[in-house]
Amino acid sequence: MTSPGTEMVKIRGLSKSYAGREVLRGIDLDVAAGSVMCIIGPSGSGKSTLLSCINHLERIDAGQIWVAGELVGYREKNGLMYELPERQISRMRQRVGMVFQQFNLFPHMTALANIMEAPIQVKRVRQADARARGVELLERVGLAAKHAMFPAQLSGGEQQRVAIARALAMDPQLMLFDEPTSALDPELVGEVLAVMKDLARSGMTMVVVTHELAFAREVGDELTFMDAGMVVERGAPRQVLAAPQQRRTQDFLSRVL
Amino acid sequence: MPHAALSAGVDHAAHRVVPLRHPWIWVASAVVALVALAVLASVATNPAFQWPVVAEYMLDPQILVGLGRTLELTLIAMAIGLVLGTLLAMMRLSPNKLLSTVSWAYIWFFRSVPALVQLIFWYNFGALYPVIALKLPFGPTLFSASTNSLITPMFAALAGLGLAQAAYTAEVIRGGIASVPKGQARAAMALGMQPLTIFRRIVFPQAMRVIIPPVGNEVISMVKSTSLVSVIALAELLYTAQLIYARTYETIPLLIVASLWYLIIVSVLSVGQHFLERRYRAR
Repeated sequence: MTSPGTEMVKIRGLSKSYAGREVLRGIDLDVAAGSVMCIIGPSGSGKSTLLSCINHLERIDAGQIWVAGELVGYREKNGLMYELPERQISRMRQRVGMVFQQFNLFPHMTALANIMEAPIQVKRVRQADARARGVELLERVGLAAKHAMFPAQLSGGEQQRVAIARALAMDPQLMLFDEPTSALDPELVGEVLAVMKDLARSGMTMVVVTHELAFAREVGDELTFMDAGMVVERGAPRQVLAAPQQRRTQDFLSRVL
Repeated sequence: MPHAALSAGVDHAAHRVVPLRHPWIWVASAVVALVALAVLASVATNPAFQWPVVAEYMLDPQILVGLGRTLELTLIAMAIGLVLGTLLAMMRLSPNKLLSTVSWAYIWFFRSVPALVQLIFWYNFGALYPVIALKLPFGPTLFSASTNSLITPMFAALAGLGLAQAAYTAEVIRGGIASVPKGQARAAMALGMQPLTIFRRIVFPQAMRVIIPPVGNEVISMVKSTSLVSVIALAELLYTAQLIYARTYETIPLLIVASLWYLIIVSVLSVGQHFLERRYRAR
């Protein structure tokens, strides 16, 4: 269904306001299947909101979003968009994994139980199968030894790796990363980026909102610079980072580099 | 001169530290011990306490029935409070304005009127609506009965205690649910979980940690609140004691019997609460 080259995410004319303030203004964006899209930009530019619209954690005001060819959150009829019932939206969300800045692991469950929870509750996977898969995923993120630990007993980097494993347990077609390393102590950033790099190499489609320009340069297939709710510039990461065409991109990069 | 102490041969590590003495603490302790002893001696030796009478009535069948009634009232009123309180908390947190306003009004009303007044009010409900009937609007009557036959003292007691308790419990539960970070529900939603599953598996278990300790306190204060029911002639522990001393004039010993039983129940519950709290505080 999603052979390489086709679009995994397609966004057209996306707008959204909070209390009268426009946070997204007519966004168009495409993410090819199997590619890594990095989104950078100053805080308050709407990057995180854009990400939350892709799996309909946020309602949109106008525009359309498709994931794997399917309209997200709404049903189109006679030029109007009717919001879908929660049941159908959650079915779509199963195919889109999300990793948060604050990890958001379930604190009352062990690392392994965190990973097993959604497959068992949502997909009705058998306990033993979910466990086997959970152990396998913990191994993949290098935390097999810590399966019985609770989130509070893990470092930030370890928590974020468990959170990635938890999202992968639903076998998503697409992974969204919302500033996954921004809440981490500097020495823990590397281990999380390594897991993400590994994931990108395995062919996962990823949309990554990040401040890690080195990661964007090395792993990203495309880079989007956002400011004030709009896509200002996009292109190959090396090109955008080395020779930005737009004034606002130049200003931003000169401040962070 | 200051260097003299550093001269060779002085063993600095051997210098011991003497903590500051607090002589007044000893004086205060002695005074408190004396007062406590005096109180105990007076309680033990004053014949007006009538300890033999207390011993006689402690396991009196009538008292034990009253004690059972007190426990029954506590249990059922608390159950009403928890079920209705959970419902009210969910209404209060609902994005629907009507639901949350109704819940707010309920909590406002039932927390503002004293439980004692509510009890007497329910007991006299017959004066307000002499007949309770279930009928369709402009249609036939499906059911009808006199209020006094429906609202027994037990019903009035449970209504009075349970409805007021629901208002308090609702606030505790609402606070517990609100204490769970929004990111938890977001993460669960992103995994494809549905609202009911999210509440049951993710939000509620975390809210419990915040809810359990205050609800434990509420149970303890409910045990004592049941004694209010004595004003509507329901034979729970206190009213049973009153019935007996009205006949025998042994007022003080019977009040002591009731007090001792309240002490025992609350002590047992406190131990239980201690263990519950420890379990939920573990992580």
